[in-house]
Amino acid sequence: MKRLIGFIRKEIYHIFRDYRTLIILFGIPVAQILIFGFVVTNDLRDVKIAVLDQSKDEVTTAIMDKIISSGYFVLEEELQSIDQIDPAFRTGNIKEVIIFESNFAEKLEKNGQADLKIIADASDANTGNLIANYTQGIILNYLNEMYKNIQIPYTINKYERFFYNPNLKAVYMFIPGTMALILILISTLMTSISITKEKELGTMETLLVSPLQPWHIIIGKVMPYIFLAFSNAVIILILGYFVFGVPINGSIILLLVSSILYVSLALSLGIFISTLSDSQLTAMFISMLALMLPTMVLSGFIFPIENMPKIIQWLTAIMPARWFISILKQIMIKGSGILFIWKELVILTSMTVLFIVLSIKRFKIRLE
Amino acid sequence: MSIIKVHKLFKSFGDVNALQEIDLEVNASEIFGLIGPDGAGKTTLFRILTTLLIPDSGSANVCGFDVVKDYKEIRKRVGYMAGRFSLYHDLTVQENLSFYATVFGTKVSDNYELIEDIYSHIEPFKNRRAGKLSGGMKQKLALSCALIHRPELLVLDEPTTGVDAVSRTEFWDMLQKIRKKGISIIVSTPYMDEALKCDRVGLMLDSKILSTEQPENISKHHKNLLYSVKSLANNYIFLKALREQEWCRSAWLFGQTIHLGVNKDIDEIQLKKELRGMKDFESYEKISPGIEDTFIELMGVKGPDN
Repeated sequence: MKRLIGFIRKEIYHIFRDYRTLIILFGIPVAQILIFGFVVTNDLRDVKIAVLDQSKDEVTTAIMDKIISSGYFVLEEELQSIDQIDPAFRTGNIKEVIIFESNFAEKLEKNGQADLKIIADASDANTGNLIANYTQGIILNYLNEMYKNIQIPYTINKYERFFYNPNLKAVYMFIPGTMALILILISTLMTSISITKEKELGTMETLLVSPLQPWHIIIGKVMPYIFLAFSNAVIILILGYFVFGVPINGSIILLLVSSILYVSLALSLGIFISTLSDSQLTAMFISMLALMLPTMVLSGFIFPIENMPKIIQWLTAIMPARWFISILKQIMIKGSGILFIWKELVILTSMTVLFIVLSIKRFKIRLE
Repeated sequence: MSIIKVHKLFKSFGDVNALQEIDLEVNASEIFGLIGPDGAGKTTLFRILTTLLIPDSGSANVCGFDVVKDYKEIRKRVGYMAGRFSLYHDLTVQENLSFYATVFGTKVSDNYELIEDIYSHIEPFKNRRAGKLSGGMKQKLALSCALIHRPELLVLDEPTTGVDAVSRTEFWDMLQKIRKKGISIIVSTPYMDEALKCDRVGLMLDSKILSTEQPENISKHHKNLLYSVKSLANNYIFLKALREQEWCRSAWLFGQTIHLGVNKDIDEIQLKKELRGMKDFESYEKISPGIEDTFIELMGVKGPDN
């Protein structure tokens, strides 16, 4: 036990003396969460549009007012002819053009039908789709309000309500996802580098020729970094709560305990990676490349798991981030208790134990 | 009683033979020096003795334990100082020392008298980071760390490489004192002059141990005549000319002179005639071989540079 404590003390010296790495360890998560939170978002805001209003009557004006006042759109240009549409897309930042046919109000009144054309810039397919849908929604809304007194036979009234995230804020999705991604990357990097560094400096050689057991070294490397990675988790949660307004509806204690579990898992994974590589560079490549993309793609962070082919869905089960994201969403957004996340907790715990056992088994007690 | 017993040890890395048929016995409480050029296999042998590598065949016993089976016992009893001093550069002198003490389950105060002589040199700098120490001080700290658990055997892999001449002399004096406290020492070095400070030395070359002797007896292996030759002009050009002669066994620069070993079939009178016939020849003198001469003789090369 004294040996383990001595080892941990040494690790703590390493951590706090290398203040440059320390700044990176804390700076990168903060920077990334801010970047992800602000930049990577599906929410529409201030999309620049143009209008070609060939009718200019009270209905078209009312519809345009409604669209502009929604906050999603900004009117950038009023076009005069169809010929101007293409140049407007090419030169300006215009993402959408709305065209009203002539005598819009009149036709609507007389025939009960008038034509409106939405042209969206689909060079970014998702955004184009989103813009068109939003516009459509606003127009339908207008019509419903306008003619609510008129009874149309056989209408289905549709009322939407979105539970847990009523405003459909993308940040609710991105903060848990980014947190899972950053924590696993940083934590694996910390331990895998710290062990391979000893191999490179030659100090591992002396540690091997000593009565230290593999588990002394492995636990001694994981323990001090738990505190470091955990403080990272707390910083991200604080940023999510105060900067992005992501709620914490469930138990904070449960949230923190789950975070400790998740970082321990990532740190053990880092140790396991260090048993596979002899240099800091290899360890870094494995930690970054082998983890980053699968975690982003397969954890449900960006693409919904339910939409994936069955085989890929099974594959996602081995991604630790998938289970942690699920825990985060349950606790933070839905406010669920332990009864709803026990399965995830068990999976994360078993993965941690597995990696530690594998690392101890694979740990080379000699130089070859 | 022997503290190291090695029998017919083989080790190869892929196609490269690192050790071939090594037989070695080191007695308790002696300083055994392993002398040889870089790449001779010294470090590999030390790594097998310290249980860091497994031999391909043959057996090795250290402190009475087998290096493969009983590696855990050996690791408790051996103090190992690797070629690159295994110090944590971001830890202070004192922190390094107490870390190694706890790793070996002891305290600095328990064995302080053992390292006092060495540690007292660096104690004034005990709060300095190990990375900021000079080569000589790093070496003393590494030695203190290797000694802190009072090992039965001290394994030192090229401890004097990259250390200044004064520190080297001091270092060997320290080893003498440690030996007197009952700790056996096996040390490797590429410097042949250090061989004289060992109780016994083994000459190692091309993955084999050529012979083990007391240092003063090594020169007995030199069975040919040896001369110290001076030239009037450039020693190096004269050396090259000497090496082209068919009676020249070996010729190499030794300070301001050239040490020349000759074949048995040429006697002194003939040699004198031959030398006088050469350009820029000044004088010659018959000498008795030193350890370096013997080593070159045993290596079977014309000089240390080939």
